[in-house]
Amino acid sequence: MRAFLALLSGLLFGGGLALSGMMNPSRVRGFLDILGAWDPTLAFVMGSAVLVMAIAWRIRAHMHRPAMAAEFYLPGTRRIDARLVAGAALFGIGWGLAGLCPGPAIGSLANAAMPAATFIAAMLAGMAIFKLVDRKTGQS
Amino acid sequence: MLPGFPSAQPVEGFVGGLMIGLAAAIMLLGVGRIAGVSGMAARATGIERDGAPWPIAALFIAGLIVGTALFAFIAGPIEAQFPPGFAWLIAGGLLVGIGTRLGSGCTSGHGVCGLSRLSPRSMVATATFMIPAILTVAAVNAAGGAW
Repeated sequence: MRAFLALLSGLLFGGGLALSGMMNPSRVRGFLDILGAWDPTLAFVMGSAVLVMAIAWRIRAHMHRPAMAAEFYLPGTRRIDARLVAGAALFGIGWGLAGLCPGPAIGSLANAAMPAATFIAAMLAGMAIFKLVDRKTGQS
Repeated sequence: MLPGFPSAQPVEGFVGGLMIGLAAAIMLLGVGRIAGVSGMAARATGIERDGAPWPIAALFIAGLIVGTALFAFIAGPIEAQFPPGFAWLIAGGLLVGIGTRLGSGCTSGHGVCGLSRLSPRSMVATATFMIPAILTVAAVNAAGGAW
């Protein structure tokens, strides 16, 4: 059942990204181009997604455990540190360069396989390199 | 559709956002986890050792790809214009990969799930990735590289 819900969640996520136009890197780039020909579509996507999730967090407050798992596994850290800020900034630059963040990039494997696979290969390489360096320097 | 913004798709965007929110709600209320795509991708590929059980991460990622394929099958080709060369994709991908691990999340985890939770950490992260993204696009445009 948990497996089915994970698959269902992914299916809805992919369909939602495709419907909303977020699988189009030039449209995402258009949202970030606030000084140029601004395309506000992403704000509608983010707005309604956050709205639904705000209700979900309210419901979660009344639940002792998730419907299909033993407990909630949620990020507990509240620390706002240099890692968070530097990481978000690097992510932002990459997002602005390619017009792609992880969700649309992975979904795009089904739509534009070559560019999507190129971006994802680089992204996974970046993740792996970071993890390697991070473990060696003993940060995590 | 939206006065002053001829290329905007507010209705498709809103409905698509509802689906994304519902997807994240199913992950939270059903499985008890954050639907963060960068974290799930790192977990599904074995790059990250901690986090969701492997089948959960792998099925979520598989669903993302199949969901996109299903949409295209039902609604027709998905319009997409990618950057004009592979260098953009490689540079962008590397930065997104490093940044999302260092900063523990991306648009879905910090953006959708964290903002709606009113997590101060995610609010800082979202503001911090939006600003460099906007500045990057502006700098590329100023350098004549708009695409």
